[in-house]
Amino acid sequence: MGSDEAYNFVFKVVLIGESGVGKSNLLSRFTKNEFNHDSRTTIGVEFSTRTVQLSGFTIKAQIWDTAGLERYRAITSAYYRGAVGALLVYDITKHLTYESVERWLKELYDHADPDIVVMLVGNKTDLESERSVPTEEAKDFAKKKDILFLETSALESTNVEAAFTNVLAEIHKKVRSKAVVRGSISAVSLNSHRAENAEEKKPCCRNI
Amino acid sequence: MATDNRINFWRRNVKVPGSVQPVYGAQHPPLDPRFRRTYPKDTKPKFNNLKSKKASSFHEFARSTNDAWDIDDEEDEDFLRNPSPTPSGLHSSTQNQQQQNEAGDAESAVSRGLSSPVTQAENLQNVQEEEEEEDAECEHINGKVIKSSSDAHLRTSSVHSSLQKQQSLPVRPIIPLVARISDQNASGAPPMTVREKSRLDKFRQLLASPNTDLEELRKHSWSGIPREVRPITWRLLSGYLPANKERRELVLKRKRDEYFGFIEQYYHSRTDEHYKDTYRQIHIDIPRTNPLIPLFQQPAVQEVFERILFIWAIRHPASGYVQGINDLVTPFFVVFLSEFVTEDVENFEVAALPLDTQRNIEADSFWCMSKLLDGIQDNYTFAQPGIQNKVKALEELVSRIDEDIHNHFKRYEVEYLQFAFRWMNNLLMRELPLRCTIRLWDTYQAEAEGFSHFHLYVCAAFLIEWRKEILSMIDFQGLLMLLQNLPTIHWGNEEVGLLLAEAYRLKYMFADAPSHYKR
Repeated sequence: MGSDEAYNFVFKVVLIGESGVGKSNLLSRFTKNEFNHDSRTTIGVEFSTRTVQLSGFTIKAQIWDTAGLERYRAITSAYYRGAVGALLVYDITKHLTYESVERWLKELYDHADPDIVVMLVGNKTDLESERSVPTEEAKDFAKKKDILFLETSALESTNVEAAFTNVLAEIHKKVRSKAVVRGSISAVSLNSHRAENAEEKKPCCRNI
Repeated sequence: MATDNRINFWRRNVKVPGSVQPVYGAQHPPLDPRFRRTYPKDTKPKFNNLKSKKASSFHEFARSTNDAWDIDDEEDEDFLRNPSPTPSGLHSSTQNQQQQNEAGDAESAVSRGLSSPVTQAENLQNVQEEEEEEDAECEHINGKVIKSSSDAHLRTSSVHSSLQKQQSLPVRPIIPLVARISDQNASGAPPMTVREKSRLDKFRQLLASPNTDLEELRKHSWSGIPREVRPITWRLLSGYLPANKERRELVLKRKRDEYFGFIEQYYHSRTDEHYKDTYRQIHIDIPRTNPLIPLFQQPAVQEVFERILFIWAIRHPASGYVQGINDLVTPFFVVFLSEFVTEDVENFEVAALPLDTQRNIEADSFWCMSKLLDGIQDNYTFAQPGIQNKVKALEELVSRIDEDIHNHFKRYEVEYLQFAFRWMNNLLMRELPLRCTIRLWDTYQAEAEGFSHFHLYVCAAFLIEWRKEILSMIDFQGLLMLLQNLPTIHWGNEEVGLLLAEAYRLKYMFADAPSHYKR
């Protein structure tokens, strides 16, 4: 289950946004190349991984998905802990989901690392005819907030790869510039000694 | 609250994980923090936009959110404190978990041996005929139902060998019904085993009495309720249907009328400013509730769920609608529907039933679900303290009964909340096939506070069930993905029975014996 391959980094990325915008399908599209018309509501947190190559480094993306409904804020702090990236997702056909973005950003910065890499994602571009959030408007907003921006379709697989890999690349850039410091095993650590011990699995370390 | 007394022992050293502070918008629909800091149960909700006449009556009924019916209706709540152990489920226990796995197989073999010699052959034949029927059914269904890749052996093999078979399945199997919802196939079923027949007779006998002996009923229900009598037994066990036969018709009529009275009075307000968010959330969740089962894609059924959940949510403003509650309607609906369905329930056209029947199923589902939620409402109130406490209690229990697993989690920084949240929020419904949930609820309703208290032990037993797989997973990612995708796709009555037996054993050892296993 992924413990066989060696990897240089583990980046924890969280998906946030209103209920029903498509977070779970973005996750499954990226990690399993699946889109599920029959997906169920996400309960608590769900989790998936994928390993990518970036600039010669092997990076394991550890991606967390959660329910959009606010009731689940009970486990919020645990959810954000150690996250180095976030995809803030809204539905381009539901303006309400875009209006909450500001609030989600606030929560993100309240709970997560201040240097977290954020991308605003407008999902469901396959429903162009029902669009209610203009691309330019969202793009300007993202620029103003100094966060990345992309529009995607998990259904058609448009830009999903790009969204995640851009975020991972940005994280990698920050990490390599040693601009940030980490402490958790679930995120990258700039303490390279620790990273090697923690993330690169060597069978001899097992004592089970 | 109900849970507190029961698991007081566990709460001695319990700290709620994280800091439970008022979080903006933790209530759904979201509260404005400028107007309130906390949301105590008896806070008067705002009704500025409702007509005053409505406001007072709604306020009245919102305050009386106790959906329990009148005292004279409520039967003697003399729950069986110590249900008799299931005959096949208990051996003199050993600490060794590995022996437990092997013992599990031995026990099931023993139980089969207990019945007449003919049964083993019959069982196998049952399975083979069922497989054939499943094949036939799947052809009709346009591939919507995921056919189980089982063969005859899977039924009798241990769970662990079925894990090997499933290594080739997708990492995240969506749990299908595997072509049957109920534990026994009703259509053209092979003859019952002698044991099954005698159990059914016993139930029929109990149910024939003018005043049902609920204690006896619970005792027998603990080991599973025969499909034929499950609808009425569930109604009795939940306290919805009076034990006294003469009173039943009257009470049912009254409760059903009451429910439809609620609909008439309040359902239209789902477009009101105050409730439209609640309704909208319910509306987008229903299609995502049982997406693989054709039954639940029918508009008539989806509307039933919407009504039930909306009315419940507005009558319980302390929690409102929370994702996960939608799942809890399903077992009641399916069981009450099955009373009128001879063939397979999951493809049944509900609109074909007489309207009265449909309405009765809906109302009964509402009331029984309400009763269930009454015991666990703190799972869904602000900050979900019920769930936080239960997960903490699970952690403590596991640390005592399986130190290896507990330390393993610690080592790889797996937090119980990361996987057990869903176990508590959805009562394991996301981890088990629906037919297993239904069987599980037989026991939960037979137990006192089964959904809140016994469930904890079932979760512990469920976790320990996978100890081999868990201990052999040596990184965080792998562990979490395993724990969120446990391979129970082929589980049936047998596996659930063993799980319950183990849970019972744990409860018996820990519930009232605080000094056991003290560190």
